[in-house]
Amino acid sequence: MQALRPYLATFAARFQLMLQYRAAALAGFVTQSWFGGLLIMVLTAFYGAGGARADAPISLAQSVSYVWLSQATLALLPWGGDPSITAAVRSGAISYDRLRPLDAYWWWYAGAAGAMVSRVLPRAALICAFSALILPLLGFGDWSLRPPAGLLAAALYPVSMILVIVLASAIIMLINLGTVVTLDNKGLTSLAGAASMLFSGNILPLPLFPDWMQTFLFLQPFAGLLDIPCRIYFGDLTGAAAFAGLGVQAFWILALVGLGRLLTGGVMARLQVQGG
Amino acid sequence: MNAASLYGRYALASIRAQMQYPVSTLTLVAGQFIITFAESMGAIALFDRFGVLRGWTLQEIAIFYGTANITFSLTEALCRGFDAFGESFVRSGNFDRILLRPRSAALQVMGHEFRLSRFGRLLQGLIVLVLATTWLGFQWSPASLALVTWAVIGGMAMFGGLNILQATLSFWTVDGLEIANLFTHGSVTAGQYPLNIYAGWFRRILTFIVPLACVAYYPVVAALGRSDPGGAPDWFLPVAPVAGFIFLGASVFAWRFGVSKYTSTGS
Repeated sequence: MQALRPYLATFAARFQLMLQYRAAALAGFVTQSWFGGLLIMVLTAFYGAGGARADAPISLAQSVSYVWLSQATLALLPWGGDPSITAAVRSGAISYDRLRPLDAYWWWYAGAAGAMVSRVLPRAALICAFSALILPLLGFGDWSLRPPAGLLAAALYPVSMILVIVLASAIIMLINLGTVVTLDNKGLTSLAGAASMLFSGNILPLPLFPDWMQTFLFLQPFAGLLDIPCRIYFGDLTGAAAFAGLGVQAFWILALVGLGRLLTGGVMARLQVQGG
Repeated sequence: MNAASLYGRYALASIRAQMQYPVSTLTLVAGQFIITFAESMGAIALFDRFGVLRGWTLQEIAIFYGTANITFSLTEALCRGFDAFGESFVRSGNFDRILLRPRSAALQVMGHEFRLSRFGRLLQGLIVLVLATTWLGFQWSPASLALVTWAVIGGMAMFGGLNILQATLSFWTVDGLEIANLFTHGSVTAGQYPLNIYAGWFRRILTFIVPLACVAYYPVVAALGRSDPGGAPDWFLPVAPVAGFIFLGASVFAWRFGVSKYTSTGS
C-alpha cells in the first residue's frame, strides 16, 4: 500500500484540480445535451414514424439511451494526450519527472486517469439527470434515457465503465509517449480523436453500422470505450455476450498497458530534454 | 489602400506565418479532414441501414451535407478573429491597439487570422459533393450550381453574423463564450440534414432566431429541383439566402453598439 501512495496522490491532486472548472462542466453539459438531442432527432427521423423497424438491430429507444450514455461519458474518450505532459516535454520540465523514484508509466497514468474521472463526473451527473428525469417531465419521454434492462445489466454496467476508464487511460498513455518522441501531439491527437469518436460509437451507435462490419467493430479496442458498456446497459449484450464484452475490454487493457510499458522503457532510455 | 486590399495584406501575412510551420499546418488540415470525414461515415452508415430519410435520397442529402460543410469551413477560415475575440482581444486588452488605428475595427479583427486548418472541412465538403456527382449521379444544371453557390454566400453571411454576435457578447462577458459554439457548430451540424426532418419547435428556432433554414435548406431544396415538403412557396426558395445578409447587417449593428460601450480591461 505504501508503494501505491504517490500514484494515488497524483490521481487525487489532478482530480481536485479539474473539479475546479465548474463553468467548463456546465458549458459541456449544455453543449453535449444539444448535440445529443440533435443526433436523437436525426435517428428518430431515420427510424420513421413509431420508431419501429424490423430491420434495425437495436430499437429507437435503445439508440436514444446509447446516445445519452455516450454524451454523458464523452469526457472519457481519449481525445489526446495529457496536456500537462505535452507542456512538460516542450519546457523541459519532464526532467523533473525523470528524477522521481517512481515508475514513469504509472505516475503519468494515474495523473491522466484522475483528470479524466473528474472531468466526466459532473457532466455525467448533469446529463443523466437531464435525460432521464427532466426530459420525461417536459413531455419528451421518447427522447429520454431509459433505465437499465435488468439487474444483471445494472450490475455489470459500472464494472464495464471502470474498465472504460482503465482502457482510456492506457490509450492516453500511448499518445503521451508519442508526444514525448515527436515533441508535437497535433497529428496523433487528431487521429486518436477521430478514431475514438468513430469506432467507439460516439458518432453513431456501432450496432447501426453494416452487419458485415459487426464482428470487427466488436473486437477492436475502441468499442471498449463506449459501445460495450452501452450495449450491456440496455440488454443488447446479455448473459455470456456481456461477459465476452468485458473480456474484450480486459484483453485490450492488458495489450495496451503492456505495449505502453514496453515503449516507456525505450522512450525514456533515449529521452532528450528540451529547453534550458 | 482600400479595405479589400488591406484585408488581402492581412490574409497573406497570416498565411505566410502559418506556412512557416508547414508540417504543423498540414497536420491540422489533415486532422480536420479526418474528423469531419469520420462524421460523414456515420451518415452513410445510416443510409446503408435505413435506405431513405423522410423521402430524401442519399444523393440529395449529400448535397445538403456538402453545402453546409463548405459554407461553414469558409466562414471559419475567415472569421477566426471574431471567434477568438474574447480571449485574444478583450481580455488581453489588445482591442485598444486596434481602436487606435485609423481603420475599421471589424476589418482588423477579421484580418487577425486566415485559418488554413479549416481547409480540412472544406476538402470534406467538396469530396461529398464530388461523390454525389460521380458515385450517386447527381445531375448539375447551371441553375443548381448557381443556387448552391448562392446558398454558400448567404450562409457565409449568416455564420459570419453569428461569429460577430459571439464577439459582441464578449464586450460584456470579457471572456470567450464557449456556449456560443452551440449556435455556430450546432447550426452546421443541424444544417447537414434537410431541416424538415426535425421537430417543429426546433425548426422554428433554426428559421426565425438563427435563419439557418434560409441559407442551408430552402436554396438547396430549389437546387435539387424540388418543392419544399414543408410547404414554403417555390418563389421563396431561391430568395431565402437574402436573410443571411439581413442577419449579418443586424449583427454588425449590434457590434457597433458593443464597440461604443467597450471599456478596456487595461493594465
